[in-house]
Amino acid sequence: MTALRSAKTRAPSTLGRRMIVLVPYLWLCIFFLVPFAIVFRLSLSQTAIAQPPYLPVFDPAAGWEGIRDFFAALSLDNYRILFSDTLYVSSYLKSLQVGLLSTLILLVVAFPIAYGMARVPRRLQPLLLMAVILPFWTAFLIRIYAWINILQRDGLLNDVLQTFGLIGEPVTWLASDTAVYIGIVYSYLPFMVLPLYAVLEKMDESLLEAAADLGCPRWKAFWLVTVPLALPGIAAGSLLCFIPIVGEFVIPDLLGSSQTIMIGQTLWTEFFGNKDWPVASALAMLLLCVLIVPIVVYQHMQSKVLERGR
Amino acid sequence: MIVRRLSPFNLVSIALGLTFLYLPIAILIVYSFNDSRLVSVWGGWSLRWYRALLEDSAMLEAAFVSLRVAMLSATLATVLGTLAALALVRAGRFRGRLAFSAMVYAPLVMPEVIIGLSLLLLFVAADFSRGFWTTALAHTTLTMCFVTVIVQSRLLDFDRSLEEAAMDLGCPPLRTFFTVTLPLIAPAIVSGWMLAFTLSLDDLVIASFTTGPGATTLPIRIYSEVRLGVKPEINAICTLMIATVALIVVVASLLSKRYSSTQERRAALGGPPM
Repeated sequence: MTALRSAKTRAPSTLGRRMIVLVPYLWLCIFFLVPFAIVFRLSLSQTAIAQPPYLPVFDPAAGWEGIRDFFAALSLDNYRILFSDTLYVSSYLKSLQVGLLSTLILLVVAFPIAYGMARVPRRLQPLLLMAVILPFWTAFLIRIYAWINILQRDGLLNDVLQTFGLIGEPVTWLASDTAVYIGIVYSYLPFMVLPLYAVLEKMDESLLEAAADLGCPRWKAFWLVTVPLALPGIAAGSLLCFIPIVGEFVIPDLLGSSQTIMIGQTLWTEFFGNKDWPVASALAMLLLCVLIVPIVVYQHMQSKVLERGR
Repeated sequence: MIVRRLSPFNLVSIALGLTFLYLPIAILIVYSFNDSRLVSVWGGWSLRWYRALLEDSAMLEAAFVSLRVAMLSATLATVLGTLAALALVRAGRFRGRLAFSAMVYAPLVMPEVIIGLSLLLLFVAADFSRGFWTTALAHTTLTMCFVTVIVQSRLLDFDRSLEEAAMDLGCPPLRTFFTVTLPLIAPAIVSGWMLAFTLSLDDLVIASFTTGPGATTLPIRIYSEVRLGVKPEINAICTLMIATVALIVVVASLLSKRYSSTQERRAALGGPPM
């Protein structure tokens, strides 16, 4: 029966089927895969005052000789530079630190919200869901900019705190790590709430009742029942936030201080400021190395969730 | 069904969460109508920053570039993303399916600096002059993956017996696709297009890498102004952007709700989808 069904529902014609696969496949190969190969190749090159600003340039007209020269000129120098300079090493460590800590904060902030949403009467849930998703649609840059208004020295936060007499002198919020964490938590909150809500909403409440009937205290039931059941959502949300946060540029650049620089900013400065394309490429390759494991885990989870829907 | 109890703690956390999400945006909107030049001083309601915006030709030009890039890239991304979703859900097994799905999901989380840099290097290697077209191509590549995920989840949960019925009654595959499948996944395609549009309108990092002289997008323009400090005009242009996006989202969600409920009713009654 299943075999019959799948035979009948197979995609239209072979030609049409091939086109459906081939067109997006080729597009992604050209605009996603090939560029990575170029970044890798460039990370082995040297910078030059030329157009394009790097050496060696591959010259097909030079024949075998040219190809040999080309490969001979590639070197690992850029990677050596990255590991020998503390500026680069510390910006990697900083990025990882910000990524881990803000993912943790996001979990703590998002969990009660998602939990509350899952317990609201069913007919209200779509509305709340919409309310959480909507800020994601309004521009990222605008949401960060909104915080500059609030956090700057003569901004609203200091005004409010001073009015209530909580602080005497205005506090410098902007250009600090605190501001970066606030900006990140604010921007990524929907990405954490949604996966958590998805698992909590499906949770069987009778399990908690059973635990209570058997004399389990509520906080213990939370750790022993709710958290384990929410684990897939916790994992998905954490990866969805952690990976892009590590490479974040806009938030630390607008809200952070010039002392603590994240890897995205270092890459940006190398590229736009120093015009050192090879070092920027090497930075990108190393960033990718750090993130490749979480990315693969995330993809695996994503495709498992979607395959289960069949 | 078990009645879920809503504790005061649940209510408070939802309220605080929503306040946290919306208060900064609300403040931004209110202060765009502030007559005073200083951010912390309220000088009464006024539209003077909106008038100032009308005279800022560089900003208006950037907005126009952004709208064109977003239109083009969202449309291309919707076509490509829908095809990719069909390939993942309907094409069965094909060689390199794993690599294909990896390429679809990776851009969703990949840091933008990496995508931007790699695309720029591609354009340089291909000797493609940077500007409007390169930005649009870059945005298409990023946003098509979001479209794919949205359309894919819709394709996975709709009733395939409708398609089978059409085919059993002798409807050719291509026609089945256009008269049965496409109308049923249309709401997902529409929201995919909108998401692609807003993501493109919003993007600073990838556009900074891939654009060239003469094609400054709105976020690039806003970013360079913001770096120089807070200006009330920026509040005004941000409010306009928020209003545009909110309007599109609300209208489209109302439309797609009405549309999909009529579609399902029609389909259930055996009538042709429209």
